[in-house]
Amino acid sequence: MSKPLLALLLLLLVGPSLAWSAEAPAAAGTEAAHEGEAAAHVDWHSWHAGNEVSNLSSLQRGARNFFAYCASCHSLKYMRYSRMAEDLKISTEQLQQHILPPDARAADYIVGGLNPTDAVAWFGKEPPDLSLITRARHGGVDYVYRFLKTFYVDPARATNTNNLQLAGAAMPAILSDLGGVQEAVFTDVENVVDGKTVTVKVFSHFETTTPGLMTPVQFDAFVRDTVNFLDYVGEPTQVVRREIGVWVVLFLLALTWMAWLLKKDYWKDVH
Amino acid sequence: MAAAGETNRGGFRVWLNKRLPVDKFVSDQLLEYYAPKNFNIWYFFGSLALVVLVIQLLSGIFLTMFYKVGESTAFDSIEFIRREIEYGWLIQYIHSTGASAFFIVVYLHMFRALLYGSYKAPRELLWIFGMLIYLALMAEAFMGYVLPWGNMSYWGAQVIVNLFSTIPVFGPGLVEWIRGDYGIADATLNRFFALHVVAVPLAIILLVTLHLVALRQVGSNNPDGIEIKENKGADGKPVDGIPFHPYYTIKDIVGIGVFLVLFCIVVFFVPTFGGLFLEVPNFDPANPLSTPEHIAPSWYFTPFYAILRAVPDQKMGALLMLLSVVAWFFLPWLDRSPVKSMRYRGWWCRGFLAMFVISFLALMYLGLAPAEGIYVTLARIFSVSYFAFFVLMPFYTRWDRVKPVPQRVTFHHE
Amino acid sequence: MTDAGVVADDAAVDLSRRKFLTVATSATAAVGVVVAATPFVASWKPSERARAMGAPLDFDLSKLQPGQLVTVVWRKQPIYIVSRPNELVGKLSANDASLKDPQSAASDQPEYAKNVMRSRRADLLVLVGTCTHLGCLPKQRFEPGDATLGADWPGGFFCPCHGSRFDLAGRVFAGSPASTNLRIPPYIINGNTLTIGVDGAAGAA
Repeated sequence: MSKPLLALLLLLLVGPSLAWSAEAPAAAGTEAAHEGEAAAHVDWHSWHAGNEVSNLSSLQRGARNFFAYCASCHSLKYMRYSRMAEDLKISTEQLQQHILPPDARAADYIVGGLNPTDAVAWFGKEPPDLSLITRARHGGVDYVYRFLKTFYVDPARATNTNNLQLAGAAMPAILSDLGGVQEAVFTDVENVVDGKTVTVKVFSHFETTTPGLMTPVQFDAFVRDTVNFLDYVGEPTQVVRREIGVWVVLFLLALTWMAWLLKKDYWKDVH
Repeated sequence: MAAAGETNRGGFRVWLNKRLPVDKFVSDQLLEYYAPKNFNIWYFFGSLALVVLVIQLLSGIFLTMFYKVGESTAFDSIEFIRREIEYGWLIQYIHSTGASAFFIVVYLHMFRALLYGSYKAPRELLWIFGMLIYLALMAEAFMGYVLPWGNMSYWGAQVIVNLFSTIPVFGPGLVEWIRGDYGIADATLNRFFALHVVAVPLAIILLVTLHLVALRQVGSNNPDGIEIKENKGADGKPVDGIPFHPYYTIKDIVGIGVFLVLFCIVVFFVPTFGGLFLEVPNFDPANPLSTPEHIAPSWYFTPFYAILRAVPDQKMGALLMLLSVVAWFFLPWLDRSPVKSMRYRGWWCRGFLAMFVISFLALMYLGLAPAEGIYVTLARIFSVSYFAFFVLMPFYTRWDRVKPVPQRVTFHHE
Repeated sequence: MTDAGVVADDAAVDLSRRKFLTVATSATAAVGVVVAATPFVASWKPSERARAMGAPLDFDLSKLQPGQLVTVVWRKQPIYIVSRPNELVGKLSANDASLKDPQSAASDQPEYAKNVMRSRRADLLVLVGTCTHLGCLPKQRFEPGDATLGADWPGGFFCPCHGSRFDLAGRVFAGSPASTNLRIPPYIINGNTLTIGVDGAAGAA
């Protein structure tokens, strides 16, 4: 094979591979702050969910978590109960007993429990539908993971909470009974902008004021399972997509190789 | 009627060919069409563009079977296709990947023309048809992107359609006429649907046919820029030519195979391609009250978008953006070199071409980045070097020292 | 190239190799094309929404009046639910001589409806309200004796499009353009609930 062709092939194979590995889950990260090291700035931007959509038991736990804590306000309007039950191997009895609202049928779409008028009155806006939340935010699953883990106490707000990932979030810290109530410690950092000294508040670390029912590790797993479930809901076919893809690409490589042998044979004629 | 002794098959063939010149067509276009034997990797992209066109037509037709046009139904229908139609997700990803693939292939195809002077006489009209295809493709891609009615669909349409308001006198009225409403609305979506599904594909198919007929008329150029028809052997065939079939049919099939491998890697493993092929804001429905953080068109438009933003004045920016596309049409007449291929041109031409490619790629990157700080300065610098390629071409192509062009093509038997 | 023998041998080997590669590549490519066509063909199958809307339908029988015909829609088809007047059910066998398919041998119904009354229960008739000729909706003519249908009309259904006639078990009369009896959908009865669209072990009233 000619060198330029080889180089182009390598380049074009490396590109998508890099993009793919960037999309694939990275190693799980938890809080790096240590007791007493107040000066260390926790880099919450680098936290990764570390979830695997192919992990069925994680998805099942995530579904349980979602219906216990999120479904009362948030809908998953593109997902049917029956589709979810089929993909996650949830039995009809379990679906009926634990998940389906009283007046819903299995084939219905998952609709949230909060009346929109009440939502606007109580929170200022309707809770968004979460079907596509992991695809509609930069950072994807990690964005939602970080969102659920960076709520902190903020007396200036009506909900008494604020959020690092989404400043000014209308949602209250729903999971605080599990993960605990935390305060955010900010330090003053001086920056020189256009010759003038500007003082900026930079997040340093969290301090837990009331511990939750779960240990940090347990809570982290809880959040990971939940965002894993949302990752699945965002694109239910993703696992099947990759599985089929392997066969398709292998087949095409074989077919291309055969065509190449045929080409070489014909081109022997050409001088 | 079939002659006695002929098989039924032979009889049918005779019957058919008396009424439709099938055999003659195959013979003329494939068996007796002699193409230069020194085609290299840059010569795959024409047939690949045709393949992508077929892929887009097929996947597009199937999407139209399930897509529901209308501002209250479009976004939902895309998710319906992805989740509730069997293999709908695959058809949708094929179409979105195909759109980007089309531009990758077409840009490389156009670069080949710059490399080997394929736009020079007698191929000016071939080049013009190609440029018209490119324009049609841009319109098709722009309107196609609006159809999912995501938030980027809406705001991208808003920004681009507003550009037309810069046209003196007619601008504002024209914008309202294009939109069919006072803002981007259901009316806009519906007409873009009709244009994207019917009108522009028909135009593209017509232009591609004209493009191929024009190519057949003048014959293909080659990496050495030599006209092979000027050197015919005793049999009347170009000595540096080989019949298109079987040599280039099989070679193109290999090229198609390699392309499909890469295409399927994207479709099955990275369909969003890190937010470049399927953009993050488009997973939210269109919201007239909420602008995405960074409005940028799809990557294949961003070089021109960068030029638009580089100019501080809106009208001048729009004009220069238009010129940056239109300039390409004039290449056959701007290029005064006596020689076609870069292989035999000197360092002026090579330098300017290299600078142009770097500028194009840099502008593509800058168009995706926010218009802040150093990015603005860089966009201005690269806009200048982009235009310099065209504006100075009549001069540097004449100053350039050319090498003697050989009589026969450079062909190395592998 | 040396002597003709070597060239001829090389040429012979060349051509057979070339032919083998061509056939092998073409066959593999053909397989690929069929596999590639599968998702497109499969996309035409009823969507999940169609299947969800085609799920079994429940009907409350306590709402049904004697002699009444109620039409419901299941899987885009009209389903007639009829409370048959008991007196007329007993007379169904008398029609047998003038019917095209009295035993429902050629007609379409579940096992439990392959009887004279063509239903699980004598007083309840469930059938697909689509004429087996060309698909119009037959009209109810339950009263015996009728001005247009004749004095010896035993009661049943009459299709206005081309004049097909069916008895009170949906069986087609001779002389009708339709050739088979009206179809019976799968259904079960549980107490007062009729569920159309499922068969099942539980079925008898």
